[in-house]
Amino acid sequence: MAKGLTWTVADADHMTQAEIYGEVLTQLGAQNEKIIALTADLAGSTKIGRFQKDFPDRFVNLGVAEMNMMGMASGLASVGFIPVVSTFAVFASLRCAEFVRTDICYQNRNVKIIATHSGTSFGQAGTTHHCTEDLAVMRSFAGMKVIAPADSYETANALAAAIEAEGPVYMRIGRSFEPPLHKSADFDFEIGKAIQIHEGTDITVIACGRTVLSALEAAEIAQQQGLSVRVLDMHTIKPIDTDAVLQAVGDTRRIITVEDHNVIGGLGSAVAEVIAASGKGCVLRKLGLQDQFSIVGYPEDLLHRYGIDGDGIAEAIQQVMKTDFEADEDWEDEV
Amino acid sequence: MVLEADERQRLKQKAKEIRRVIVEVTYTCGGTHIGGALSQTDVMVALYYKYLKLDPQNPEWEDRDRFLLSKGHGGVGHAAVLADVGFFPRAELDDFNKTGSPFGMHLDRLKVKGVDASTGSLGHGLGIANGMAYGARFLGKSWRTYVLLGDGELNGGPTWEAAMAAGHFKLANLTAIVDRNHLCIDGATEDIMALEPLPGKWESFGWNTIEIDGHDFDQICDAIEAAQQETARPTVIIASTIKGKGVDFMENQASWHYGGLDEAMQEQALAALEKE
Repeated sequence: MAKGLTWTVADADHMTQAEIYGEVLTQLGAQNEKIIALTADLAGSTKIGRFQKDFPDRFVNLGVAEMNMMGMASGLASVGFIPVVSTFAVFASLRCAEFVRTDICYQNRNVKIIATHSGTSFGQAGTTHHCTEDLAVMRSFAGMKVIAPADSYETANALAAAIEAEGPVYMRIGRSFEPPLHKSADFDFEIGKAIQIHEGTDITVIACGRTVLSALEAAEIAQQQGLSVRVLDMHTIKPIDTDAVLQAVGDTRRIITVEDHNVIGGLGSAVAEVIAASGKGCVLRKLGLQDQFSIVGYPEDLLHRYGIDGDGIAEAIQQVMKTDFEADEDWEDEV
Repeated sequence: MVLEADERQRLKQKAKEIRRVIVEVTYTCGGTHIGGALSQTDVMVALYYKYLKLDPQNPEWEDRDRFLLSKGHGGVGHAAVLADVGFFPRAELDDFNKTGSPFGMHLDRLKVKGVDASTGSLGHGLGIANGMAYGARFLGKSWRTYVLLGDGELNGGPTWEAAMAAGHFKLANLTAIVDRNHLCIDGATEDIMALEPLPGKWESFGWNTIEIDGHDFDQICDAIEAAQQETARPTVIIASTIKGKGVDFMENQASWHYGGLDEAMQEQALAALEKE
């Protein structure tokens, strides 16, 4: 558990990721009077409204006007507050992109953006309310840290770490209830340091957000098929854990990335950049939305459709294991 | 009339000096947004030489007044003022626009002392100013936030999001000034995308709205003091100005939104300023 926190998230089995976020933010708000919460008519939907109950004077609702919200957050940070801003991911990252870049990142303002309803998690609402581009956009802003916690427990720890970190942070979480990956919040969480969820030597699956659980399910399916699958929870997309990726390249030489996001620009691209720069050979398969817009549907159906549920990843594991590449085990001549 | 004759003269003289620096830097650096820098100068001079509580020796002084140039392209004029009031030496402006210089056309708060927000992209200043003013009131601070807007930037939505919020939150410690020079890049604001009736728009968003001649120091100072005394609402001062003010061949010419000067033009511009 994050240092100095006394709360527990025992209800994570019953509460959504966003509800836990609202709870934990409120508890952090009791410890840190610099925290001020902002939303744009989504107090209830993003659960940041929970903070308002305890700290009504440190809660600002801007109405449906997200760009002004990002500007105000920059101004509030400039006078010493730690603004925590919540809206849907599609509005935080796309509608507000230039305001986040210019008002917050360029000016190095200590603002934390907690974007809910990310990926396809708001399934039935359709493409206008999905967001499969935010990791790509936010990752390209200099100075921005980008986090996609896997479950509610991790959201709790990541939020505490984000508040602690100096400078802008973008964190994406889901909308609905997700089965927890972790058993409690009692684990070490460090921004930029991947968590190994499952040990394996044949292939590595690197996932973020809710697809980490899918990856773990896939590893268990593959295990029954005689394969040893390493699963990395790459909760921080930027700065990416280069060491963990290179370790996976060296140990397994086969990597699958999984994200509820377009395969262009997000986790898969970040991992690909590390592999390419290393000069080492590795088979890479990027799972996610294959440069397409998402469709309307129940979130779990959409995970299946885009091949980022347990079955889809297990199938990809089989395919990648069959991929033939030069069998030379000697790394030295490839550096 | 709030000004004593000698103070009015002092401000006029200072404005002339600042305009001279704008012309000189435009000559040495190759090109700036000179038209709007010249139109905003009298308002900037009134603020910086009479009202803003600042300490150039301590640029980050917590209780300073905040000033944001939302029309960030007026950066050359802002830099000229900041140098003159002592944030850095005038000689540093010799590097304006040069590769690696802290000074580009749009000032960077992390590189230029005295700059409270990095602006340039239009429509950003009022939102950031809202956050500062909201924060100051929350903390019980008496310092004020001033933001200078262009008129062309009022075409865009974000400023009106911010205007609505400032009105809603009754940010009486916030003063916006519109440099209403009636020209945007492509021509007259009323031809490109009409803004009028502009005062009515601000009024309806909950702002105390004052219209002045933005080159008349008595009116400028009167309006700023009225804004300081307003306790219930934010104040907007719509300052009617002349783009290119003081340089006869630039006045009211949209084409002088941005431009450079050769040596002869510089001489001509400086001579025109002397005649003002």
